[in-house]
Amino acid sequence: MLEIKNITKIYDNTVLALNDVSFTVPQGQFLAVVGLSGSGKSTLLRCINRLIEPTSGQVILDGIDITAAQPDELRRIRRRIGMIFQHFNLVLRSPVITNVLAGRLGYTNPAWSLINRFSKDDIAMALKQLDRVGIKEKAYVRADELSGGQQQRVGIARALMQEPSIMLADEPVASLDPVLAHSIMQYLEQLRDEGITVICSLHFLDLVQRYADRAIALKDGNIVFDGSPSEIDEHRFKEIYGEEAQRIG
Amino acid sequence: MKKKSPSLLKTLGKIVLVIGIVIVYAYGLQVTKVDLEKPQEAKRQEQLTNILQGLAHPDLITYEIDRISAEARILVPCTGTPPPEIPAEPGQPAIKLSSNCAEPGEAITVSGTGFNPNENVFIFFVPYSADPAAAVELKLTGNAVPTDSDGNFSKEVTLRKDRTSDKPQTVRVVVNRRVGSPKPSEALKQTWEKIVETVFLAFIATTLGVTLAVPISFLAARNLMLQVTSTLTKFMASLIIMPIGALLGYSIVSRLTEFGSQFPNGNAEAVLLFTAAPLVGLAVVQSAGGKNTFFKALGRWFIGVAIAAVAVVVLAKIGSVGRETGISLKHSLGGWSFVGNFILIFSDVILLGLPALGALLGAFAFSPISNRILEATVPRMSALTSKIVAVVLSVLAGAIVFGVIAATLNWFYEFGDVAQVVRTPATIGAVLFAALALAIDVNHPIPTGMFVYYVFRTIMNTLRSIEPLVMVVAFAVWVGIGPFAGVMALGLHTIVALGKLYSEQVENIATGPIEAITATGANRLQTIIYAVIPQIVPPYIAFTLYRWDINVRMSTIIGFGGGGGIGFLLSQNINLLKYRQASVNMIAIAIVVASLDYLSAKVREKIT
Repeated sequence: MLEIKNITKIYDNTVLALNDVSFTVPQGQFLAVVGLSGSGKSTLLRCINRLIEPTSGQVILDGIDITAAQPDELRRIRRRIGMIFQHFNLVLRSPVITNVLAGRLGYTNPAWSLINRFSKDDIAMALKQLDRVGIKEKAYVRADELSGGQQQRVGIARALMQEPSIMLADEPVASLDPVLAHSIMQYLEQLRDEGITVICSLHFLDLVQRYADRAIALKDGNIVFDGSPSEIDEHRFKEIYGEEAQRIG
Repeated sequence: MKKKSPSLLKTLGKIVLVIGIVIVYAYGLQVTKVDLEKPQEAKRQEQLTNILQGLAHPDLITYEIDRISAEARILVPCTGTPPPEIPAEPGQPAIKLSSNCAEPGEAITVSGTGFNPNENVFIFFVPYSADPAAAVELKLTGNAVPTDSDGNFSKEVTLRKDRTSDKPQTVRVVVNRRVGSPKPSEALKQTWEKIVETVFLAFIATTLGVTLAVPISFLAARNLMLQVTSTLTKFMASLIIMPIGALLGYSIVSRLTEFGSQFPNGNAEAVLLFTAAPLVGLAVVQSAGGKNTFFKALGRWFIGVAIAAVAVVVLAKIGSVGRETGISLKHSLGGWSFVGNFILIFSDVILLGLPALGALLGAFAFSPISNRILEATVPRMSALTSKIVAVVLSVLAGAIVFGVIAATLNWFYEFGDVAQVVRTPATIGAVLFAALALAIDVNHPIPTGMFVYYVFRTIMNTLRSIEPLVMVVAFAVWVGIGPFAGVMALGLHTIVALGKLYSEQVENIATGPIEAITATGANRLQTIIYAVIPQIVPPYIAFTLYRWDINVRMSTIIGFGGGGGIGFLLSQNINLLKYRQASVNMIAIAIVVASLDYLSAKVREKIT
């Protein structure tokens, strides 16, 4: 269970990105986070694994206070939290397999990393994960030779190497066409079915309504909606996105 | 009228601007002493002609010279029987004088036959000397005398007034003929030797510079250092522990090095002390610690220290053996003595480098322990206790930091007794740091990385503004005039210049991969290896080649400052007015710089 308690993030003492946000996610839920660009979705996701330090508040994962963790403990916690990104964030000049194996770094002795060495088990696991996302044959090509959809699959494989109990997805399909978007969302859905909590920020409401168990809407750093995706009707939509907004997709 | 006034103002402004520019240039020309009269003076033009002609005739090749001479006897003054003529040998050149007896200062005609057509001969007067070997040749003509198309010449010369004798004296005509095939001149040989030295000077300096610039560039990259944060308490503890650790590391490793190099002649107790003690410590910790992560970490730290100690002893032994081998090989290998020299230098690097490395490792080895202790204890303390701990540590850290700075300044300026001089600054530092600890939230992370960043940036920006040609003067005083001083100066400048260029490349990399790798639970070192290094390899190679080009250019002139290489030879030749030899040096520089430029351009094309 992931508990977000009164998280506030203020950038540079001036910009309020998150304002006293609290919610609880039970293990194995598919939670969609929606809202306008700049509403605080990315900040919220990054506060969970502390890629961004929250200004105040607590994030508690299965009873462990992430926000209070010291560097070493934080790294151990991060291993349990996979993350995929809108721009995939692969190391483009490295081969696909290295990108995937990087997901294992939290478990690897840093001394071995100095000479770029992973255990046989890790390599076998990386190939298995690539097989799972359907691009095993691309394992030894450079990451920049892959298409956008393939790169996001590498991103998923990398996150799965961590054997996570939570998957954070920061607009994972915003750079992809609708067909690819669905295929990526289906992988996330599979993860949910395997018991992994998925917290995914999304732009398109039809994706939210099709895949998510629950939706949270952010507006100017405040939660303005928390409930079943099907409850987001025309009226709620205008509350979240403003009176001028038109639904697309 | 309303419209006119602004345009009038504008015109006035332009006039003022033009006047200002004229003044600036007028003053500039005066300061730089531009003088178009001087270059027109005949004397200076002649000097210039000499230089340019010298440069146009590079001293590249020489011939073996066959010296052929013909002689005639003459009595000066004319006071006895004239000496008999020397009979001409067939096929050899011969000369005749218009008179075999003449008064000092009198003009006579020297005519010669049997020379080669159109060659240059020189006419000398050889005064009488009892010992023919001690005879000198005195020039009778300023310039060479050309022979005609039949190989004859005739020239009127004036006898010297100061060489008189009652014995017959000699007029000698000499012609220098080139024989055999052309050979490289002495200047060319020297140039070749020095140009090799130059290229290697650039090579070693670049290697040295790049090796050290790479790690420094990470410490001077804003985006990486911005992530390095720590609480004030931990930072202060590190400030206290680092100098102590450095001293400890230095003294322990120095002793280990000494012990290792004397092994197995050293005392056996040292073995026990340095290798067994950590192992015992480890055993104690393991048995007492159980599953406690702190004790586990401490145990691993002990293993690390033990392994490092053994490694130091082994390396020191290798170093000392290598040193002896190197010295003996250097004297016995003859032409291959550079192999011995290499082994010697390599061993010296090990022996000298180990204590320095020990100091460096010592500085960083103890911070993790203090950090862990603080991580384990501070969160459990009350707000007041943690504040007190922070203040106490800050007082100590402030005293140490300011004390060390004061001691360093004292070394430069010799204010007086160290213990006296250090007291006041240390107190001030303690008070300042204590005030800092009281003012800020001691459990809130502060950007300690930026502190490191600014220290490195400041050092690099300062040193970068000093040209290697200036630096080499200091190094020449330290290590002596020669290529080694050049290597040090160029190497140091390469470190700081490349460090900055490299760090800017690190600052320009995509942040996404770093974020992604950090999110997997990788530590900072792993993040750098997997997210940063793959991105910076191409720009690093490009900048290394760029610096290599600069170093090749610089190494050709570093000799002007005492740094060895071709520049040293060139400056000597110029100072000795040997322009033909200088010309050879310049041609060599041009060839080397141009061809290495071309080469590195080709390599750059290949890799990008």
